[in-house]
Amino acid sequence: MEQYTLNLLVVGASFALYVGIAIWARAGSTAEFYAANRGVHPVLNGMATAADWMSAASFISMAGLIAFVGYGNSSFLMGWTGGYVLLAMLLAPYLRKFGKFTVPEFIGDRFYSKTARIVGVICLLVISITYVIGQMTGAGVAFSRFLEVESSTGLFIASTVVFIYAVLGGMKGITYTQVAQYCVLIVAYTIPAIFISLQLTGNPIPGLGLFATHDASGLPLLTKLNQVLMELGFNDYTGQHGSTFNMFLFTLSLMIGTAGLPHVIIRFFTVPKVSDARWSAGWALVFIALLYLSAPAVGSMARLNIMTTMWPNAEAGQALDGDAIAVADKPEWMANWEATGLLGFEDKNNDGRLQYYNDADPDMQAIAEARGWEGNELTNFNRDILVLANPEIAQLPGWVIALIAAGGLAAALSTAAGLLLAISSAVSHDLIKSSINPGISEKGELLAARISMAFAIALATWLGLNPPGFAAQVVALAFGLAASSIFPVLMMGIFSKTINSTGAIAGMLVGLLATLLYIFTYLGWFFIPGTNMLPNTVDNWLFGISPLSFGAIGAVLNFAAAYIVSSMTEETPAEIKELVESVRIPRGAAGAVDH
Amino acid sequence: MAKQPNTNTTDASGYWAANVRIILISLAIWALVSLGFGILFRPLLSGIEIGGTDLGFWFAQQGSILVFIVLIFNYARYMNKLDRQYGVDEQ
Repeated sequence: MEQYTLNLLVVGASFALYVGIAIWARAGSTAEFYAANRGVHPVLNGMATAADWMSAASFISMAGLIAFVGYGNSSFLMGWTGGYVLLAMLLAPYLRKFGKFTVPEFIGDRFYSKTARIVGVICLLVISITYVIGQMTGAGVAFSRFLEVESSTGLFIASTVVFIYAVLGGMKGITYTQVAQYCVLIVAYTIPAIFISLQLTGNPIPGLGLFATHDASGLPLLTKLNQVLMELGFNDYTGQHGSTFNMFLFTLSLMIGTAGLPHVIIRFFTVPKVSDARWSAGWALVFIALLYLSAPAVGSMARLNIMTTMWPNAEAGQALDGDAIAVADKPEWMANWEATGLLGFEDKNNDGRLQYYNDADPDMQAIAEARGWEGNELTNFNRDILVLANPEIAQLPGWVIALIAAGGLAAALSTAAGLLLAISSAVSHDLIKSSINPGISEKGELLAARISMAFAIALATWLGLNPPGFAAQVVALAFGLAASSIFPVLMMGIFSKTINSTGAIAGMLVGLLATLLYIFTYLGWFFIPGTNMLPNTVDNWLFGISPLSFGAIGAVLNFAAAYIVSSMTEETPAEIKELVESVRIPRGAAGAVDH
Repeated sequence: MAKQPNTNTTDASGYWAANVRIILISLAIWALVSLGFGILFRPLLSGIEIGGTDLGFWFAQQGSILVFIVLIFNYARYMNKLDRQYGVDEQ
């Protein structure tokens, strides 16, 4: 069977499954629409959370992100998993006990202030909308790559599928489709990972293979990789090449930001009990770890594979003792992926061979001159290729390639749906029900929730079709804002009785504005190129802090502002202190479901 | 020990203090394995070799994630016990 037909079949089958689940899991009440009636088993919620969390970026880009930098990008691995420890211990159980439907609702009640709730809604919308753009473009790209349709057509198909299950089923439909999507994406990720690990090291577990012996050379895999890279003028893989302080702050910012993402937090509102919220956070991390423990192995192994493909002699010996790969001998997958624009090569010196090396390195320039090379001939090497082309590099059957297509789409759709629910519930519950029309009936609110969802999908589709030029920076912005605004206010709401409404609002605004200001200073106002006040280079950064690492600083400013302002203003009312007491103990959670 | 029939005798501040204590211990370990072993103290661990690199690299790309999982499950188990001990569990 042709690869295209196979892709179509596998992706089509997965979509039929999602729509089937949508019809089975229709929502009949707001409690079902916002929180799946709090009846989701903690293990299933863990799976749904993992799919909710792992986006197209985790699935397609993360291995490449790590592979091209090596040790330095371990921040993503520690940051994006470490946040779950904060969630499990500092937020999830208490917010579940509080027993309402949205994150701004807790902020509004705990800080007895509609203004605080509205500020919370604004933070949530900025975070979730910026985040959803990347998911929609990711889905469009995945479609166009595997199903050979226009990216915009792919986007419409993706929106339609999300529309069906998100509008019909709300959180309930989203939860069970996310469980299915998790299964699809983890199988798709793991099979090629096991094969590449077996081929290179003989160890079937990628996380162990990463530290095992490279069969062809008899050296440890990472030693071999370092050796090949350094021989060709690249940075070594396991060494540190950036500042320790910045790596520390970046990791911490990702951790705090992860714990402050509203679409992840609301997943823990769906479990029956407080104790389930704790277990569920653990299960979520187990399911996430299945991919995150493999990703660094996939990254390093795929990079080594590509190095030894380009320099056949590097397989067992020194790359430069032999010749570079002949143009005529290049494997089929290289030709296939050249067509997609993710890979490019050019025989600049017309010697019939493709020399891949770091042509910015002075030592390599000397070697190149002696050997008659005229620059690096692997001219385009997109990092996403490490995951996307992995099954072909490992010569796996066609159905595995089709699975990667379905897996990438599952990752993008599941995250998009979770974000859309966070957006639509903030609009229908925090804006319409709480501010615009408090007398709205249960049925009316359910309808409002569905309409908000439809609008959110339309907005996301439009943004996906017309992505602002800053799509790449946007995710960093979302983490920075979640870390500096949402996380501190939630944590203080639970762990302190003295933070009052004035303090909380001051804290959120200080954290939010400081982070925005710092990011815009270096990346341009609203990311408009040329409007940045300082060049985005290490020398200009305040104390060497990258704009992407600022979230942790923003969080500290938020905490500090909230404490200082609270200590100078009124004491928190007695009933608020009682509310804090009650969220701290699990007993009575079941009774708080309806309101 | 006989089960206390009266839930009004719960010691909410004792329960909370115990919760905060285990959180502080857990987060100290959380920071030590990731920000510590994985980043700040990596040079100190460079003598300990593991599969072609050093222990700090292993913690940064594998170990810290594994420790995080253990921390969460340990916390969930401990808190369930604590909930029952203080009579604040969900019936």
